[in-house]
Amino acid sequence: MNPFTLLNATAIPLRVENVDTDQIIPARYLTAVTKTGMGQGLFAAWRYLPDGSPNPHFILNQPAYAEAKIIIAGKNFGSGSSREHAVWALTDYGFRAVISPAFADIFHNNALKNGLLPITLPEESVTMLMDLVEESPDVRILIDLPAQRVILPDGQQLSFDIDPYRKQCLVQGLDDLGYLIANLEATRAYENAQNK
Amino acid sequence: MTTPQTLFEKVWNAHIVKQDDGAPAILYIDTHLIHEVTSPQAFNMLRERGLTVRRPDRTFATMDHVTPTRPVPFAQWPEDTRIQIRNLRQNCQQFGIKLWDITGPVQGIVHVVGPEMGITQPGSTIVCGDSHTSTHGAFGALAFGIGTSEVGHVLATQTLLQHKPKTFAINIEGTLGPGITGKDIILAIIAQNGVDGGRGYVFEYRGSAIEQMDMAGRMTICNMSIEGGARAGMIAPDDTTFAWLKGRKHVPSGPAWDEAVARWRTLPTDEGATFDREMTLDASTLAPMVTYGVNPGQGVPITGRVPTLAELDNLAQRRELASALEYMGLKEGQPMLGQPIDIVFIGSCTNSRIEDLRMAASIAQGRQVADGVQALVVPGSKAIKAQAEAEGLDKIFMDAGFEWRNAGCSMCLAMNDDKAGPGQYVASTSNRNFRGRQGPGARTLLMSPLMAAAAAVSGRLVDVRDML
Repeated sequence: MNPFTLLNATAIPLRVENVDTDQIIPARYLTAVTKTGMGQGLFAAWRYLPDGSPNPHFILNQPAYAEAKIIIAGKNFGSGSSREHAVWALTDYGFRAVISPAFADIFHNNALKNGLLPITLPEESVTMLMDLVEESPDVRILIDLPAQRVILPDGQQLSFDIDPYRKQCLVQGLDDLGYLIANLEATRAYENAQNK
Repeated sequence: MTTPQTLFEKVWNAHIVKQDDGAPAILYIDTHLIHEVTSPQAFNMLRERGLTVRRPDRTFATMDHVTPTRPVPFAQWPEDTRIQIRNLRQNCQQFGIKLWDITGPVQGIVHVVGPEMGITQPGSTIVCGDSHTSTHGAFGALAFGIGTSEVGHVLATQTLLQHKPKTFAINIEGTLGPGITGKDIILAIIAQNGVDGGRGYVFEYRGSAIEQMDMAGRMTICNMSIEGGARAGMIAPDDTTFAWLKGRKHVPSGPAWDEAVARWRTLPTDEGATFDREMTLDASTLAPMVTYGVNPGQGVPITGRVPTLAELDNLAQRRELASALEYMGLKEGQPMLGQPIDIVFIGSCTNSRIEDLRMAASIAQGRQVADGVQALVVPGSKAIKAQAEAEGLDKIFMDAGFEWRNAGCSMCLAMNDDKAGPGQYVASTSNRNFRGRQGPGARTLLMSPLMAAAAAVSGRLVDVRDML
């Protein structure tokens, strides 16, 4: 996993709450046996018209937001199905972070496993950020993971919480599997003790 | 004297391999269920890293999400689904994993087959790359959904890193009225608590209504814990649980059975144990529930109405309701009774067990599916299908004009050819009414098997209690 320390990018406001993973990636894209190319299906029902052409009204299709690497979304982002394909779609498309007042549990886990940083901020801050980037799409937001801060061009700083272990994994580009494998001795001891 | 513990804490504590300071716990996974959609990339990862499946004896596979429910020859399946199925077969063969293939005698939806085969046992930890893994919590197991990366972690080590969730007791008291089912209970809970009310928690469903409920109803309730935002949902095992499990293929037998039951009897929450949160629901006042919107929390009693924008507190909520109603083609304040439907889907890991089919058949019997309505019944497994046929339920359904299908996830998420068309209303016994889930533009109304069967024979939503 690529390490995540700093991200300086533009952002897209998604003024929708409870964005479920069926919206992020519809089930028809889940027949893939690899992770690649999932970006095609990202927000498919909103991005494309029934004839397959881009929906000009959807914010992702607006040129002003074409280079955005951050999504600012309403609460309970990523609810519903556990499909990790939702995260792969977001990262394949180019997003590196999502800011929301709250994330659904499984999505939050999946995001961390793929170097997509979920940032939880209070509702008022999220609304303020949405207003800001809606008015000025070219505003660059600096995310400093080691300092746990979102920094705006006017100098405003918003701090966010993140579990210290999860933060360390992201900053160093480590995944859980290395840690679990390193502890297999303890796992075998558990199995013996429990007759498993 | 040890501290009183909840069911969740007992199972959690019994499965900690190790917990370093400042790190999540390493949790041992007793049982790993896999299926064709969320496993391919996990197996690829194993091969890329030169790893193998550490405990194939604790790993079980089904094929259910992309499989047709009609007898379509494999060569005629869409190519990407054939690749996915072959992929699962090859992976299971390479790593020595038990696969319940669609061609074999044991087959069906993963969360139906697991309990059926006695794989699901009280006090165990069970995971699957599927959010409705919470179903198995009905047996007093700690069961939850995981993503594909974590599927890979479990395959490689039989462990997972987990932060300890908090506990939330949902007390459900009172006797259910006629026509009220587990599905109505869980829809009412989510309507009250919200789709994110359970975030960070494991639910424990308790109380007299739960104690009186059969295993199928308990599985329905636990199944939709994820829709309430919870990590998992659990129900303490009791004599109902043990009677249901006894004699199933993978449960102990003889003296080992008695020992297992004695152990399992120690699992229920201790007197005096505390939960981080609690709520109480009076089950005796429930009416059959139906959803009107685009998440499972947007539901009302059948006797109720779609909310109005004016009733909602804030702009975001109003925006959300307006958007939902626009998608669903419904009007604010409209009654749910009489809402026309086009398709009826009776099935899914939520409601496809023999008890669900019997309930639906009791309404279908002697009646006819309304003109213009397509109604499917999809049993949860081959065994349930066979049992239903032995009881003559298939004949009841077919005489009434329902289509009788083979087992699979089917129209719950429409990954096979069972899809609703744009704008079509589906009276569905599944678990999610998200936009486009049952087909692009499809409009899902969630409800119980009784309500779905009643809708089928009426061509519109009715209060099934009038038909009992």
